[in-house]
Amino acid sequence: MAVTVRIPAPLRKLTDGQGDVTADGATVAQMVESLEKNHPGLKERLCDDSGSIRPFVNIYVNDEDIRFLKGPDTALNEGDSVSIVPAIAGG
Amino acid sequence: MDFTEEQIERYSRHIILPEVGGVGQIKIRQASCFIVGAGGLGAPAAMYLAAAGIGKLGIIDDDQVDLSNLQRQVIHHTKDVGVHKAESAKNKVNAMNPDVEVVTYHERLKAHNARELVAGYDYILDGTDNFATKFLINDLAVLTGTPMVHGGILRFSGQAMAIIPGKTACYRCVFNEAPPEGIVPTCQEAGVLGVLAGVIGTIQATEVLKMILGIGTPLTNRLLTYQALESDIREVRLKKNPKCPVCGDNPTITDLVDGEERACAL
Repeated sequence: MAVTVRIPAPLRKLTDGQGDVTADGATVAQMVESLEKNHPGLKERLCDDSGSIRPFVNIYVNDEDIRFLKGPDTALNEGDSVSIVPAIAGG
Repeated sequence: MDFTEEQIERYSRHIILPEVGGVGQIKIRQASCFIVGAGGLGAPAAMYLAAAGIGKLGIIDDDQVDLSNLQRQVIHHTKDVGVHKAESAKNKVNAMNPDVEVVTYHERLKAHNARELVAGYDYILDGTDNFATKFLINDLAVLTGTPMVHGGILRFSGQAMAIIPGKTACYRCVFNEAPPEGIVPTCQEAGVLGVLAGVIGTIQATEVLKMILGIGTPLTNRLLTYQALESDIREVRLKKNPKCPVCGDNPTITDLVDGEERACAL
């Protein structure tokens, strides 16, 4: 499944500045692997050593938090829009 | 509770709005807001809430105005460099609208003083610049049942959300815990386009006013994100998380704790 992934500004140095990238995968976990293949370093920023999504990173599939879907096993459909939203603490 | 003729003129553009009116303007006058941080977000928020005629503003900041603040913290002027930020903010608010009572606190919001400081305020506005205090403010809001509005800015991005404790998603429902050290750049390293503070700070002030007036749809169960470079405004839907450590069904955080103060964003 090809999906569009919205990359937050702080991670765009890993995507050559691109805000939207395409990734493949039938699930969010597979999508993360696909992102890592094309943009090395991204997985480490999104997942901890055990491969779980970091608690301060939120991933949304079509604006729905994957935490309330099936987490990393959330299924993706062709054309889905995935957003990665980090916490921002500046003020 | 009658307004003077001068006040009626001052607030006439509010009063003429059917959604506000004289009744709404009285609600604004009776309301109070505790602003944490008189910096980038706190500055525009304090100015607009004061201009709107809010009854009381609490402003807490332990810092003094630095020349590098003036690029975005518009409540402070060049002559204020070296002055306590809360005091500098109070001076501007007093000059702008003498109707507003301003209480200043030259200290840091910490677990040991937070409950006492926020007591008596109707709303909390998060204008802080570090994760530790953002999580502390969230826990404070949840544990005391005080509605709050979160805001964050970094580089060219900003985000905001309103929280009605016990009813809508809190900051920890969304971002569970602060990132570990080393994974995030500091604010000083990362930089911020100054005007982002105005965009997000005024959204926060707008949400406080909406809650005071009880009008519109609050920015709850939603995280609004703004990417200035793309002029992209969007929101993601949030839900109250039953497993949230502070507002979930079996909370593990039942009292305030200080976190380590560091870090700015992912």
